[in-house]
Amino acid sequence: MKVAVQVTCINDTMFPDTGKAVFTLLRRLGVEADFPAAQTCCAQPMVNTGYLDEAVPVVRNFVDAFAGYDAIVTPSGSCAGSARHQHSIVARRSGDARLREAVARTSPKVYELTEFLVDVLGVTDVGAYFPHRVTYHPTCHSLRMLGVGDRPLRLLREVRGLDLVELPAATECCGFGGTFAVKNAETSTAMGADKARHVLEAGAEVLVAGDNSCLLHIGGLLSRQRTGVRVMHLAEVLAGTEDAA
Amino acid sequence: MSATFVGMPAFPKAAREALSDTQLRRNLAHATGTIRAKRAAVVGEVDDWEELRLAGAAIKDNVLRHLDEHLLRLEKSLTDRGATVHWARDAAEACEIVASIARQHAVDEVVKVKSMATQEIGLNEALAAQGITAWETDLAELIVQLGDDLPSHILVPAIHRNRAEIREIFRSRMAAAGRPAPDDLSDRPAELAGAARLHLREKFLRARMAVSGANFAVAESGTLVVVESEGNGRMCLTLPEVLVSVVGIEKIVPTWSDLDVFLQLLPRSSTGERMNPYTSTWSGSTEGQEAHVVLLDNGRTRALADEVGRQALRCIRCSACLNVCPVYERTGGHAYGSVYPGPIGAILNPLLRGTGVDEQTDSLPYASSLCGACFDACPVRIDIPEVLVHLRAKVVDAHRSSPKAEAVAMKSASWVLADARRLNWAERGMGLAGRVLNRVGRKVMPGGRRALGRLPWPGSLWSNARDVPAPPVESFRSWWRREGRR
Ligand code: SF4
Repeated sequence: MKVAVQVTCINDTMFPDTGKAVFTLLRRLGVEADFPAAQTCCAQPMVNTGYLDEAVPVVRNFVDAFAGYDAIVTPSGSCAGSARHQHSIVARRSGDARLREAVARTSPKVYELTEFLVDVLGVTDVGAYFPHRVTYHPTCHSLRMLGVGDRPLRLLREVRGLDLVELPAATECCGFGGTFAVKNAETSTAMGADKARHVLEAGAEVLVAGDNSCLLHIGGLLSRQRTGVRVMHLAEVLAGTEDAA
Repeated sequence: MSATFVGMPAFPKAAREALSDTQLRRNLAHATGTIRAKRAAVVGEVDDWEELRLAGAAIKDNVLRHLDEHLLRLEKSLTDRGATVHWARDAAEACEIVASIARQHAVDEVVKVKSMATQEIGLNEALAAQGITAWETDLAELIVQLGDDLPSHILVPAIHRNRAEIREIFRSRMAAAGRPAPDDLSDRPAELAGAARLHLREKFLRARMAVSGANFAVAESGTLVVVESEGNGRMCLTLPEVLVSVVGIEKIVPTWSDLDVFLQLLPRSSTGERMNPYTSTWSGSTEGQEAHVVLLDNGRTRALADEVGRQALRCIRCSACLNVCPVYERTGGHAYGSVYPGPIGAILNPLLRGTGVDEQTDSLPYASSLCGACFDACPVRIDIPEVLVHLRAKVVDAHRSSPKAEAVAMKSASWVLADARRLNWAERGMGLAGRVLNRVGRKVMPGGRRALGRLPWPGSLWSNARDVPAPPVESFRSWWRREGRR
């Protein structure tokens, strides 16, 4: 099976450690994955803001970059959701039949990381070690758009040393929402502040999620409020081992 | 005594004011939290809920696909049973039809059972302009009307008020509208309801004309259906000599067995009850009563013409999407500038009014984080997030001839992201900035990364409340080139 990793534009530019962690993890599980260097972004920032014409060349680049792979794994529920549910809309609008076909071929092969680990590789114990008190935030797109269910929790429960505590009102949106975070900054912040409060109530040292964009938002609030709580991508938790620690 | 949504500011500004109203925030969080839990519990009792949702969506889709035929059938059944059917293209036409009926019967006051359609067309204001007073008889509507306020929820229009506020409104305003509130009125719910009952009874007994809406209109038998929980609807529907019902053309269900599906979906989704207390049905006119039905378009055919958006016309106004919406929970309904607030309002208003027409309407599709909770809750499976994104595209397209800063930013982002070499160059620039900022950045975020301080506009929109980590000195891409592919 030829596996590619879509590192996502936010991870590439702002959170390279997440991309590195995905490769560390996959290698440890015996998967030799590629990073197709032609990849850039899933086009979600344009699509969700309403710039569908502007999304066309980005989607075209996406399907070209990942052509020929059997599985495309991404450490982002949001980007996986975008590839699976929005690329076809963009392709239809472009009027380009070739693009429509390419999207129909590529989209179903996109997996969010935990789906790939649990469904394709069939593992929940990835041999990780992370001796911290952790709470998990299921991001909206992984929860509702993809329906990843309890896969992330099943993975986290197998991590050695990890003390998993429940997050109150876990399924509520953190308020990031892409450009919503700046177009409706006050409302976004009000939602994020409640999320941050719940993280504190949970008594966790580390907040874990499967989307760095949401973590950028919640983490930015937790840091501004000097709560001392750290945010971390799930892939980085799963990549840690006793040797590395 | 009536407020209006006309001239409301765009959503972000209206929301800003609502966010700082602590009483509102508390009232809303409490009310939506309670009803959310109730709804989840009773929906959980139904094993075939998903099949019911699919059935509801399919029935409505079928109606919408052949709306013309169903409407003619409804008109015929209604006429056969002695009702007079009127067609109204827009708000002005509909209001004039109701007013002229009132004039023919020389009435100067009407009682109303809660109807979103009449609020949508501004009926009370239009009647007032002709010297006719319309009295709301739903408890929450009464509170809104007496308080010279605007509704903020589909089902519980006064959800933003608490008991103490309601007591105050009753004590200071009831006398001017009819029977005054008792002097010793407390804020106990039973006493508040009692005061409203006495106040309203006087109006029910006096009124010669009533105006209603309808939750459903059964085409095969010409039956209108009103679902409510206080009994005021039944009073309005039965006592007066003249009954005028204003009904949106999308309210049709073809048969009684179709109605059955919705009478299961609606109460559980809306009030979180297994069954609603009062379901009134009437087919045409009954003895001693003259019945009129105004079939209202007012933008519905415009919405119908929108391939993606037309699913919004399936809406049965249950308000489940409002109650689960994290944006609505914090901003309240007034911020949406319409009688249709929350997620459904964010799509329905632009669909009915059109995009690119005014700033307020164009701001609504962006009043969502696209979290998808509304879609999960909707009993007729309206994919609200999908329609929101679709409408955002329509808003953007409507303004393409005069590009804003945002459009320029999106165009350049698209250019950079269409080609990895361009992105690579952009990242080099960020890496350089990262090296500098990591040295000069003073604040360290939990976990050890340096934070940027407060940024100038437009970065300030983010950084006013949230720290931003400094960019890394090396992008993933460049790390991979250096040593990734071992
Ligand atoms: S959109 Fe759906 S959930 Fe919202 S009010 Fe309409 S029927 Fe209810």
